[in-house]
Amino acid sequence: MSRSFTSTVIQNAQAVVVTILMIGLWEGACRLFNVPTWLLPPPSRVFTEGYEILPILPKHLAATLAAVLGGFALSIVVGIPLAVIIVHSPPLRRVIYPLILMLQSVPKVAIAPILLLWVGYGLKSGIVVAATVAFFPIVISTAAGLQSIDKELLELTRSLDAGSLKVFWKVRMPWAMPHIFSGLKVAITLAVIGAIVAEFIGADTGLGYLILANSGAMKTSAVFFVLLILSLLGIALFYAVEAVERAVCPWYSNDEAKAETLPS
Amino acid sequence: MKPDQRPSSDERPVTGDNDPILSLIGVTKRFTTRADDSVLALDEVQLDIPRNQFVTIVGPSGCGKSTLLKIISGIIPPSDGAVRFDGKPLVKSSRQIGMVFQRPVLLPWRSVIGNVLFPIEMLGWDVAKYRDEAMRLVEWIGLGGFERALPNELSGGMQQRVAICRALIYDPQMLMMDEPFGALDAMTRDDLSVELLRIWTERKKTVVFVTHSIPEAVLLADRVVIMAARPGRILMDLAVNLPRPRSLATERRVEFQDMVHTIREAIYSQRKGEG
Repeated sequence: MSRSFTSTVIQNAQAVVVTILMIGLWEGACRLFNVPTWLLPPPSRVFTEGYEILPILPKHLAATLAAVLGGFALSIVVGIPLAVIIVHSPPLRRVIYPLILMLQSVPKVAIAPILLLWVGYGLKSGIVVAATVAFFPIVISTAAGLQSIDKELLELTRSLDAGSLKVFWKVRMPWAMPHIFSGLKVAITLAVIGAIVAEFIGADTGLGYLILANSGAMKTSAVFFVLLILSLLGIALFYAVEAVERAVCPWYSNDEAKAETLPS
Repeated sequence: MKPDQRPSSDERPVTGDNDPILSLIGVTKRFTTRADDSVLALDEVQLDIPRNQFVTIVGPSGCGKSTLLKIISGIIPPSDGAVRFDGKPLVKSSRQIGMVFQRPVLLPWRSVIGNVLFPIEMLGWDVAKYRDEAMRLVEWIGLGGFERALPNELSGGMQQRVAICRALIYDPQMLMMDEPFGALDAMTRDDLSVELLRIWTERKKTVVFVTHSIPEAVLLADRVVIMAARPGRILMDLAVNLPRPRSLATERRVEFQDMVHTIREAIYSQRKGEG
């Protein structure tokens, strides 16, 4: 335990040192070669000029967060039941599966303008675009999870004459949970991309809008600052999903940790 | 190995053949392969199992042991013939037949107690009423102190003990065991064999136990059913008259070794005949 803790600290320290070195290199290169700031601002400028947009940031961050979370929620609400249908009804699978694949093979950026046309400007389109991008991995991973269930476990429930609804909630769903979460972790990062794409196309708030507006005005430092916020947002959301996973399926995420503490 | 002290175990009634709990009458199973061929997995299998008998089934792979077990458990229907359980035709899996598989097949998100109580929940019985019984079973099978542990915190042998408790909690009349110790190391296997004999002695149950270990089959059983392959059929049906209670020391007896030898001969001569 203590050994793995120290090694974690060392590994993290390495990552921090490398990051600081990279930033230093960037700063030094910008100053040394006199790179124009509209082209590539040095990190120091990113922070000082980024500071200027700080007052308007909360509003835009909130708008993007709303689109991401809304889209993520929508993709779960649509994706999981769809996966259940796909797994449990072969006739419906034959109908639905090609449609899902077709939707997935079209670049979302390409259909975003049409979605915007249909659902309208702003938050609504952000949610819908984020959801269309995020829902595919959720469907695939949920279906895989439901299909991975142990056949002998099902034979056991059959011998006990258990109702299929009970088996679904008590056996199939918990069994699929770790798979679902691996899909959710991919989906949350995709939802961020979807929300930004929607904001690029038609919105007057949100981090995507902020990037577009500032790069149009050649305020490259501000763009970099928003990018930084955006990546922090993505990381935070990813770890939030992982935290929920750890709470919901402790038996899964603890696998490795527990294995070490027990003699076989 | 300490001999079993309960006198009752020796007085266990040698059940009469007049009252089989399970009867297989001309059970035949044909599987259709892709090229419209059919493979005869079981050919007119005839078998009566008296109440509370411990029957082991041995045979080479491909002899239809697993198919037979699946038919007895009601998981798949026979192509021909009939299965009668407790006097009635067996049409689907019954809660009177408890199953233990080669792998423990536990729910990874549930504690030991949660897994043992799983059948009670599936049956729709009152879980609260069985909690004490579950605790007793777990203690009794040697997992005291691990009630709250998750399956991934247990060794393979411990997990298989949980699976046995899970099969016992709802008190089925019969236990179907499909190579339950096949995936375990030799020492754990010995431990659990002795444990199973104790369980069987204390709780009257009919046990059908499939194994590929001949010594294991002889050590445990009242009766060893030897199967042959292509088509799957019963080759020999031997009564094991070794005294009970048995322990690993039983394996040193001459009768035990003779019996193991006879069975091995039967299986090998059969194979040669095919080749």
